[in-house]
Order: sequence, then C-alpha cells, then structure tokens
Amino acid sequence: MTSPTDKPNDGGVPVPVTPVGASSTAPAEYPPASPAGRGMFGNQGTGDVSGYGGLVRQRQPIEEASRPYGGYFDEVRDALEEAYPAFNDAIEKVVVDRGELTLHVRPERIAEVCQVMRDDLALRFELCSSVSGADYLGADERRLHVVYLLTSMTYRRRVRLEAAVSVEAPHLPSVTAVYPTADWQEREAYDMFGIVFDGHPNLTRILMPDDWEGHPQRKDYPLGGVPVEYKGAEIQPPNERRSYQ
Amino acid sequence: MTTSNYASERETDEGRVFTVTGGDWDTIVAGTDPINDERIVVNMGPQHPSTHGVLRLILELEGETVREARSVVGYLHTGIEKNLEYRNWVQGSTFVTRMDYLAPIFNETAYALAVEKLLGITDDITERATTIRVLMMELNRISSHLVWLATTGMELGAISIMLYGFREREYILDIFETITGLRMNHAYVRPGGVAQDVPDDAIVKIREFLKMMPKKLKEYEDLLSGQPIWTERTKNVAVLDVTGCVALGITGPVLRSAGLAWDLRKTMPYCGYETYEFDVPTHPDGDVWGRYQVRLAEIRESMKLVEQALDRLRPGPVMVADRKIAWPAQLAIGVDGMGNSLEHVAKIMGQSMESLIHHFKLVTEGFRVPPGQVYVAIEAPRGELGVHAVSDGGTRPYRVHYREPSFVNLQALPAMAEGGLIADVIAGGASLDPVMGGCDR
Repeated sequence: MTSPTDKPNDGGVPVPVTPVGASSTAPAEYPPASPAGRGMFGNQGTGDVSGYGGLVRQRQPIEEASRPYGGYFDEVRDALEEAYPAFNDAIEKVVVDRGELTLHVRPERIAEVCQVMRDDLALRFELCSSVSGADYLGADERRLHVVYLLTSMTYRRRVRLEAAVSVEAPHLPSVTAVYPTADWQEREAYDMFGIVFDGHPNLTRILMPDDWEGHPQRKDYPLGGVPVEYKGAEIQPPNERRSYQ
Repeated sequence: MTTSNYASERETDEGRVFTVTGGDWDTIVAGTDPINDERIVVNMGPQHPSTHGVLRLILELEGETVREARSVVGYLHTGIEKNLEYRNWVQGSTFVTRMDYLAPIFNETAYALAVEKLLGITDDITERATTIRVLMMELNRISSHLVWLATTGMELGAISIMLYGFREREYILDIFETITGLRMNHAYVRPGGVAQDVPDDAIVKIREFLKMMPKKLKEYEDLLSGQPIWTERTKNVAVLDVTGCVALGITGPVLRSAGLAWDLRKTMPYCGYETYEFDVPTHPDGDVWGRYQVRLAEIRESMKLVEQALDRLRPGPVMVADRKIAWPAQLAIGVDGMGNSLEHVAKIMGQSMESLIHHFKLVTEGFRVPPGQVYVAIEAPRGELGVHAVSDGGTRPYRVHYREPSFVNLQALPAMAEGGLIADVIAGGASLDPVMGGCDR
C-alpha cells in the first residue's frame, strides 16, 4: 500500500506528510485492500481541500494471542496439543479476539485437525456449524481463506479454524469425511471463491448455474449492476456510487 | 393419442424422457417397459406445488420406492452476501431481512448482534431494545411455525389446516405491521437497537393474540392429531436419528424431534434468554410426527416467552446512547407508512445545523466498524442461524456469510428419502421446513 506521500502532487493539492507513528499497514487477518482508514472521508484525488484527506487512522493490529488466553481457550489448545503430535507444524497462529478463539491451520492439515477436534474426548467438537470463504485480496499472499466454525455440543464451546490458500493453488483437503455437513458448504465456497476441496465427493457449483464463469464473491469480481433512471435523473449502480471506505 | 398433450415423450441417449405437467401418471406407466426399465428418474420441481419453493428434486424410482434422491438448489440465489459488501453496515439490515422471508426478524437480529459484537457494544444495548427483540423473535417463530403447519398440511392433503395456519399467521403479520410498518422485510432490528418503539396498540393486539391462540392450537390438534390419514402419513416417516442429524449438521426442531434438547436459547444464550422461563420440547421418535409435535409445543413455549417479554417491557430508549452509531432519524409511522418523524425533520432543517451534518454523515457514510471477525448464532425457527461477519475497519461489511439452517438442513433429504416411498419424500422434505429464499440467499 502506498502512503499519501508517494502520490504525485496532481492539481496543486497540498499533500501532507504521514504523521509520525501512523501506519495503515494491517496484518493479514483483516483486509487493508480498501483505502479504509485513510482520509477524513475516505476520499482520494482532489475532492478534499480541507487537508483532512491526508489523515491516516491507526489501526489496532490483531496479534497472535499470548497465554493465558482466558476462558476455555487454554484448555482447547492444551487438549489439541496433547492429542495431535503435529500441532506445532499444523497450527500457524492462535488469535483471540472479541471473545473468540481462532486457530490458523496450514491448509494441507485441515482435515487431520478436524478429525482430532471431533474425536478427542477432551475436545469433542461434534458439530461443524459453518464453513465459509473470505477473500483477503491485497492483504495476504494466500488470499483465499476458508473459515470453519466448530461447535462442541458436549462442552458448549466454539472454535474457529482458518486455513489460507493462494489463488494459484487453491487446494486444501475436504473435511466432508469428518463432517458430512461440510458437503454443501464446501461446494458453496468453491462456487463463490474457487477454492478446491480435494477429496470432496461432488465438488460442483451449487448456487450459481453450472456454466457460470468466475467466482462471484472474490473481491476482484465486479458487482455489476445497471443504472436506474428515476424522474429523469440517473442513479448509478451501487458499485459506482461514492464510497467512503 | 390425446394424452400426449400432457406427457409428451422424447428419445434421448439416456433413455426415454417424458415431460409431465400434471395428472397423467398412467401415461408414464404405460410408456415404460416394466421388464427392462426397472428404474425411472423423476425430476420434481423446481416449480412444483409440494417442494416448498423453488427446490428441485431428482429421484430415481423403482416402482414407488425412491432409490436415490438428490436435491438441486440455487434457483433463488440473489447474491445478497455480495451485495452487502457494497452498502454500509446499517443498510445491511434491509438486505438480510429478505433472506429467509418467513423469519425476517431472526435474520435481522443475528446480523445486528454480529455488528454489535464487532463494534464491542453488545453490553450497551438497552434492556427495552433487547426485550423487544425477544418479543418480535418469538412472535416471528410462531408465525413461521404456523406457515410450516399450513404448507405441510397442504402438501399432505389437509387443505383446511392450510387456511387456518395462514389465517392465524396473518394476525401476527398485522401485529408486525403495527410495530414496524411492514408485514414482511421489516428492517426493524438494526445494529444498536430497533428502528422504533413498540406502540401501545400493538401491545393490546399481542395480548388479544395470546388469548386467542391456545384455542386455535387446540383446534389444529383436534383436526390433525387423531386423524388417521395424518398419523399414517407422518408416523415412522423420514426418520433421522441424533447421530445422523449431528453428522449432517441438522439443528432446530428436526434435531429436537430426534430427542436431543439442543436449543441455542438454552445452551448458548443470547439476548437474555437465560432469564426467561421456558422449556425445550423434544420427541423420541425422530420422524415427521415428532417434528409436528415439537413445532406445536414450540409455539406454546414461544407464547410463554412473548407473555414474559410483554411483562418486562419498561419505558426506556430502544437505541444505544452512542450518537456515533445510533440511527439519527427518529422514525415514526405516519398515515403513509414509516418515515422520518416530523419533529426530527423540523429540528435538522430549521434549528440545528450540527444535527443536520451529523444526520447526513451517518446516513450517507455510515459508522466505521473496527476490523476483525465474529461469528454469532441464534436459534431461528429452522435451527442455528449463524452470521460470520468480517470488517476491514471501513463503513461497509467486508464479508458477511450466513449459515442458513434451510441450506444446511436440506442436505438431510437424501438420508430421509432414500429407501422410502415417493409420497414420503414430500412429507420428509416438508418436515425440514426449508425456505428457499434463505437457502439460496
């Protein structure tokens, strides 16, 4: 991401220097692809003459959590470490944010980790509540993330597993053998993001038509839309309207 | 042959294909060769009165026995999740309410809870707003279960229960109209609270409804429960046990009908449900009959909850105090529906420039949500409704994913239908209560 000073000074607009200590470089958990966090109104170009356009909002980075995590999170980590010998190799990072535990898992290990999470008596995550994709374009080399939300009905706990793959090699093992409910949800993630789940019994499109090209929920896939005319005035489609991001 | 108008046939590589539009099963039976074509593939839907919306089923039949069943979804995909990424956080309410159109309040509440968790204002939501949310959700649960009863009745040939179910649901929609201004797609539950306060005449209407409903429920039971056709069509039909439910991710009344009392209102409470007095009905059999019993019992439990919520309503604000988040327009219901209150318009247009700026900024730009991701789940009428929301720190959602119970639960259809009779596919599918608007989003 370029800082405001890198931009050519077009149109004689005063360009302020980046305030000391400010940064808009976000870590990989959240997407700094949009220029959010910069400028009073998020505007770019010559729209702003007040000088506020150069403001850079500092973001709190989400960092790897340190022990103790609090709540049941420590127990879950300990149990997984004990039951799964390859823990240090498989778990890239542990994040605790807003009272939720996220384990970042190496994509090739995801099915193994799920198996242990389901079967170990101290973990017992019987239910896979949700599988969804997210595209962190511009923020992460491996921009396609798959997010699994596991629920332990016995202990009434929830844990999020997150695995990241790149667009060039969007492969990771399917967890359908462990959690049959992931079947349609993985198909949706494939349909919308183009993430390929190896070993899935029937990885086809599910929401879009079979002959659709592209993966609509990727960030570089345009929203599309047509302008709407109302009483002689034209209203642009939502993706062309002014954005405050 | 005169019947060819109804079932025209065509030879293809895969075999003979009939196009069936109704009432001509005999033609098909006469057209197949019983020795060589043991199995026929029937394509049911996507436009079929008993598939509960635009759901398409592909059934491989041997006689009347279903050997293989596959469901095809996606006919109602409207790209709501993608669209959310191009609107500000508050506008999201108007989109998500349209997903599961029978349970709009649940979609809105789940979304609002997720945004509030991202903002870190969960504890700042006023008590009155939370109580109103519970009140609205439970009324919505009743109306959703009534539609389930109505449509399932119709699909199994009990037309009168269809009329009764929709009639009583209309009563709840009237209550919703009095409170939110709209029968459906309310966008009433907003991040930070609810759009406007509950008017007094709505309370009167709800009390009337609570008085009327037990009698109606008794009527439904008198009509159906002892009815031999109804019991034949539902008992021991489309059985799915707890193991099957959990493996396939099935939650809600279907899981409870198999005997597991898993209800997020009890097990992982939100909106203060832990302080209410209610039971989680279950049934041991895991069949369509059990699901019918559980849903009827849930209507009764929801009525208890509505009553308690009414008693708890104390005057107070229905939006968070933080003016940087609270919607600035005080909405009021006028003669022409819901709109800005005249007092508020008079203030921003005539008295306070700052209020006008504030209003303009918050409405056009919206509030910023600190970056991060959350998952919030609530117990919708069909099961666990989860929202996975990601923020990049901007004024628009970066990603919102709905874990829709209709979508997940529909995966159970092959498990319920295969090996059974074709007529039981209808009963089994109906007992899952899929809403395709929610399933396809």
